[in-house]
Amino acid sequence: MLALATTASERSDLNLRPGVTDISQQVYSLHMMMFFICVVIAVIVFGLMFYSMIRHRKSKGAKPANFHDNVKVEIAWTVVPFLILIGMAVPAANTLIAMEDVSKPDLTVLVTGSQWKWHYKYMDNDVEFFSIMATQQEQIQNKFTKGENYLLEVDRPLVIPTGQKVRFLITSDDVIHSWWVPDFAVKKDANPGFINEAWTNVNEPGVYRGQCAELCGKDHGFMPIVVIAKDPADYEAWIVEQEAIARRAAEEEQRLLAMSMSMEELMATGKRVHDSVCAACHMPNGEGLPGVFPAIKGSQIALEDQEAHIDIIVYGRAGTAMQSFARQLTMSEIAAVVTYQRNAWNNNTGDMVQAKDVNAIMNGN
Amino acid sequence: MAQEAPEEYQKYYVPEQSVWPIVGAVALFLIAVGAANFVVESVREEPGLGGYTLIAGLVMLIVMIFGWFKNQIDESMSGKYSAQLGRSYRQGMLWFIFSEVMFFAAFFGALFYARAIAVPWLGGASNNAMTNEVLWPAFEAMWPLTLTPGGTETQAMGWLGLPLYNTIILLVSSVTLHYAHVGIEENKRGQLKVMLGLTIVLGCIFLGLQGYEYVHAYRDLGLTLQSGIYGNTFFLLTGFHGLHVTLGTIILIVLFLRIMKGHFTSDEHFAFQAGAWYWHFVDVVWVMLFVCVYII
Amino acid sequence: MSTVTDTANTPATDDAHGHDDHHHHIPKGLMRWLLTTNHKDIGTLYLWFAFIMFLVGGAMAMVIRAELFQPGLQIVEPNFFNQMTTVHGLIMVFGAVMPAFTGLANWLVPMMIGAPDMALPRMNNWSFWILPFAFLILLSSLFVEGGGPAFGWTFYAPLSTTYSGDSTALFVFSVHIMGISSIMGAINVIVTIFNMRAPGMTYMKMPLFVWTWLITAFLLIAVMPVLAGVVTMVLTDKYFGTSFFDAAGGGDPVLFQHIFWFFGHPEVYIMILPAFGIISHIVPTFSRKKLFGYASMVYATASIALLSFIVWAHHMFTTGMPVIAELFFMIATMIIAVPTGVKVFNWVATMWRGSISFEVPMLFAIAFIILFTVGGLSGLMLAIVPVDFQYHDTYFVVAHFHYVLVTGAIFSIMAAVYYWLPKWTGRMFDITLAKWHFWCSLISVNVLFFPMHFVGLAGMPRRIPDYALQFADFNKWISIGGFAFGLSQLIFLALVIKACRKKGEKVSSQVWDGAEGLEWEIPSPAPYHTFDTPPVVK
Ligand code: HEA
Ligand code: HEA
Ligand code: HEC
Ligand code: CUA
Ligand SMILES: [Cu+2]
Repeated sequence: MLALATTASERSDLNLRPGVTDISQQVYSLHMMMFFICVVIAVIVFGLMFYSMIRHRKSKGAKPANFHDNVKVEIAWTVVPFLILIGMAVPAANTLIAMEDVSKPDLTVLVTGSQWKWHYKYMDNDVEFFSIMATQQEQIQNKFTKGENYLLEVDRPLVIPTGQKVRFLITSDDVIHSWWVPDFAVKKDANPGFINEAWTNVNEPGVYRGQCAELCGKDHGFMPIVVIAKDPADYEAWIVEQEAIARRAAEEEQRLLAMSMSMEELMATGKRVHDSVCAACHMPNGEGLPGVFPAIKGSQIALEDQEAHIDIIVYGRAGTAMQSFARQLTMSEIAAVVTYQRNAWNNNTGDMVQAKDVNAIMNGN
Repeated sequence: MAQEAPEEYQKYYVPEQSVWPIVGAVALFLIAVGAANFVVESVREEPGLGGYTLIAGLVMLIVMIFGWFKNQIDESMSGKYSAQLGRSYRQGMLWFIFSEVMFFAAFFGALFYARAIAVPWLGGASNNAMTNEVLWPAFEAMWPLTLTPGGTETQAMGWLGLPLYNTIILLVSSVTLHYAHVGIEENKRGQLKVMLGLTIVLGCIFLGLQGYEYVHAYRDLGLTLQSGIYGNTFFLLTGFHGLHVTLGTIILIVLFLRIMKGHFTSDEHFAFQAGAWYWHFVDVVWVMLFVCVYII
Repeated sequence: MSTVTDTANTPATDDAHGHDDHHHHIPKGLMRWLLTTNHKDIGTLYLWFAFIMFLVGGAMAMVIRAELFQPGLQIVEPNFFNQMTTVHGLIMVFGAVMPAFTGLANWLVPMMIGAPDMALPRMNNWSFWILPFAFLILLSSLFVEGGGPAFGWTFYAPLSTTYSGDSTALFVFSVHIMGISSIMGAINVIVTIFNMRAPGMTYMKMPLFVWTWLITAFLLIAVMPVLAGVVTMVLTDKYFGTSFFDAAGGGDPVLFQHIFWFFGHPEVYIMILPAFGIISHIVPTFSRKKLFGYASMVYATASIALLSFIVWAHHMFTTGMPVIAELFFMIATMIIAVPTGVKVFNWVATMWRGSISFEVPMLFAIAFIILFTVGGLSGLMLAIVPVDFQYHDTYFVVAHFHYVLVTGAIFSIMAAVYYWLPKWTGRMFDITLAKWHFWCSLISVNVLFFPMHFVGLAGMPRRIPDYALQFADFNKWISIGGFAFGLSQLIFLALVIKACRKKGEKVSSQVWDGAEGLEWEIPSPAPYHTFDTPPVVK
């Protein structure tokens, strides 16, 4: 067992990662220090035990001694552990204080968890986006072979610069999540209604993967985090590009308002949106999970009240897992998914919803 | 060396089998299932059997309590019990009260946490400056929390007036109960009956006023169970306290009836003592409540 | 430690009609068990109940392990997986370990202190019979539409409030009545110990199992009501619109965690202190030497219990507490290693220069000392805040608590059963089966839980039904170990059934040579009523 444990320190899929920041490396050495102290204590204690188990066994004719007290020894084994503990606590406290010092960041990102995706908002730029797991459902269902980064890949990774102090403001829209990137030694809970702060300063460019680390419901296991650290120059280029893309998307949205999509287009886009976004709860077949997530198939709202249908997607329903999708989907996407839900799975209402209908509900015009 | 055990240990009393515990277990089962279904059904406004199950369980529990106590009283009156058993009851009661203290501690803990940590943090205190700046920019920390971060408005319940009267009433009731206790110990049955009766009346007045205060809170102050953490802690603390006063009053009424029937002697009155302890405990909780919920 | 002078008075069998009026035949049939006020019957009921719950909770663990055998979703849906995790945790904690210890307390505490029975025998019956009903509710909630509780045994808000299924109300009320049961059980133990000791059984002569249970009972009475409080808040938040755990109303989801762990941390010591007591009986017996440092054992237990009230937030290091609070809870937590160390060292010192033999209870006790220490040391690593940021909510934590719970609490319970079973049945159990059970369990349990350290460090989060590919190899081994450990417990089941059917060789009152304590001075099997007149302890 101990032998296994020692090899643990050399192989990375057996041990903690030293990571790519100064802090994460300090954490790693703390971990190794703790580990070795524990091994030493274990060796001493178990060594003494095995010694007496071998030497003082009845079958070898051992006669019991009859001491049952020794104040000096007892004091020693109370005081020595105390000293050991102090030796552990001091470096731990120093590292901790450094980790919690979030002052003077170069860059701030607002990280919001929601069931089951992350939203990133650059506080100093006009850039924000959702980040959703990109692993195909078929891989999870064992229909396709699993890719290299199975469950650890997202559609849009967070991008940060190297060599700068990046501060994360971490919060949540619904339940508690936890934002964890092992290589940065950052794990902070995303509590709804509160903001926790954490920071990192990455030394090397690269792709770093993590996962949500607080049980947050059904798809807690499918809420990965991917961070790409780029050289500051590359990062600058990237953020400028993102701002431009965001601007163009807004213009495109306006243009689409004036246009109508055909039923085929609506259904195709709608299916894509439903399967990638809504199906997490309402299931690809629209039947939901009885008792937890309602069915859309055959539901009142999808058969009759079209405005209410749009409304619940735009605004969500407060105090339930049904969140607002206004930020996550474009108006035409919402229009498409509503159309899809009203016509798929025998809902067959024949209704077609266009972006302008959504706009009417969102902006009242 | 053989040695006679001291007298007090000679008479261990091991009670006989009894049906009441299992009846009690079934009653709790019905209460739990019934309450759970009742809660869900009433929130959903769906019809169902929850309420009936709950009532069945409660009735069964009451029957159980009466049966069990009757049994107990008969056995005790026929002199089967030993002093040791009496001590066991007394200690059991004290530990039960301790568990009740810890139950209230959970809610007081919630109150202190909300006041000292949650609300100030929402207002930007400690390491939560960004909480306020980004999420609740309009919110200012205050206590009583009359405007929640979500925007629910309410009014605070003052401590002068009703709550103060109630405090005085409960304090006086503790004193009257004490004299009732003195009465039982000194075998002054008249004093006992009057003082106990008075305590019961005071308890009822307290409950009446408390009910009135709730109506006032709901109707005039907009202070409801839904109006944020101030209302939550207010209603749950005073509510659970009120429930305990109700229970205490019922206990005292039962004691009163037993006294009318001539039960208890100056040195055999465990049930009375337990009831009295319970009442004093409920009283102390109120004082804590009055100070922490109303005044400061 | 004690000499019993007048056990001769104890009637050997149940047909002692000439004696006290309350002495009748052992009642027969179902009614005996439903109505019993006898501490031995109730102890037996508790132990069987706990064992059945262990098998049920274990079966859920098998579902978990089968799902995690390979990456990809294999046999269950994520939502059902979460229900399995949750109910597995709840059942093992509240249905297996705690009732097993209460069962042992019922059997042993009166015999050890020379009392005829528990202090409040009818309440004792009540506390037991609540439990099957409580777990019936919990288990039946799995069949409600939307499924049972799926928010972890820690039921963090708001996942358990706003975002939970319809079965939450059932969950809340079942926890309520479980709590009532535990509190009454604990009151009974405390009062029995305070009030029913035989003459001469002073506090510092009490056997350690009695001491540790006394302190455990105190913890129970102190924290179970807090659990009741917090589930009540969950109920009102979910159904009545309060906002204890909702920032919009001025509450805080983290408040839930504070209250829960104020209960939860003492709770984990509730599950280990009686184990310390058991080990402190077994090690001296089979080392044929007095327990080293009796007094320091008592003080250590008390300090662990007191400290357990001020360390709760070590489960919450990542929730964003101010740094000063993190430091406080880190240091308070680390200090617990000192009194726990005292216990471990005392056991080793008891073995030192003893005359050791390796009967089955001793095998389990030795495994306990080693494997509990492994779990304790990983606990100490978890206490270090900066590294806990990396460990938290990974399989490293799962490894930690299974070492202290399975190879700690469960092993100690098995050790206790092997140690006292002959006293209960009057017959020696099947030693060959017992050795098979021990060795199979010992090996498989380490295959099961040791690699969890590695996958945890490598970054596998807990409570996930599917995982990234780099964890696949170890998870396969873990699952294999799990199935093997599960099957090993069937040996135990067979052994216990055999023992209860009175197979095996009769034993004398002193089952193991060198065992000390009042329980070894009464006949085996222990008569239905012991100590009608109290023994005198000197
Ligand atoms: C029986 C149950 C039990 C016991 C006894 C313990 C004992 C300890 N536990 Fe454990 N713990 C749990 C059950 C238990 N725990 C459970 C169930 C959880 C998870 C809950 C959940 O989230 O679901 C948990 C989680 C948990 C965490 C939170 C981890 C996280 O979620 O991030 C922490 C952190 O500090 C911790 C610490 C400790 C410590 C320091 C001890 C100490 O008491 C250990 C002391 C013992 C020793 C240290 C070994 C012997 C000592 C010596 C040989 C002396 C010499 C040693 C030195 C001086 C170093 N535990
Ligand atoms: C005392 C408490 C206790 C005990 C004894 C156990 C015993 C076991 N536990 Fe458990 N466990 C917890 C307490 C306990 N656990 C807690 C508190 C959690 C946290 C829950 C949460 O996150 O909310 C947890 C979580 C937990 C997880 C993590 C789940 C997750 O995070 O998703 C896993 C995963 O492997 C696991 C496995 C096991 C296994 C394999 C056993 C085995 O030891 C079980 C062995 C017993 C049997 C198997 C029964 C006997 C055999 C049969 C009934 C016959 C059938 C046998 C076969 C088909 C082979 N447990
Ligand atoms: C995280 C889970 C989740 C996701 C993702 C989700 N929903 Fe929902 N949805 C819910 C829940 C929970 C409800 C029930 C709300 C309530 O109780 O009122 C709901 C309700 C609805 C309803 C009303 C159903 C009825 O009969 O009342 C519609 C329509 C709906 N969702 C559409 C969508 C669409 C479209 C999407 C994707 C863009 C989506 N949902 C994504 C959880 C989700
Ligand atoms: Cu989000 Cu787990
Ligand atoms: Cu703990």
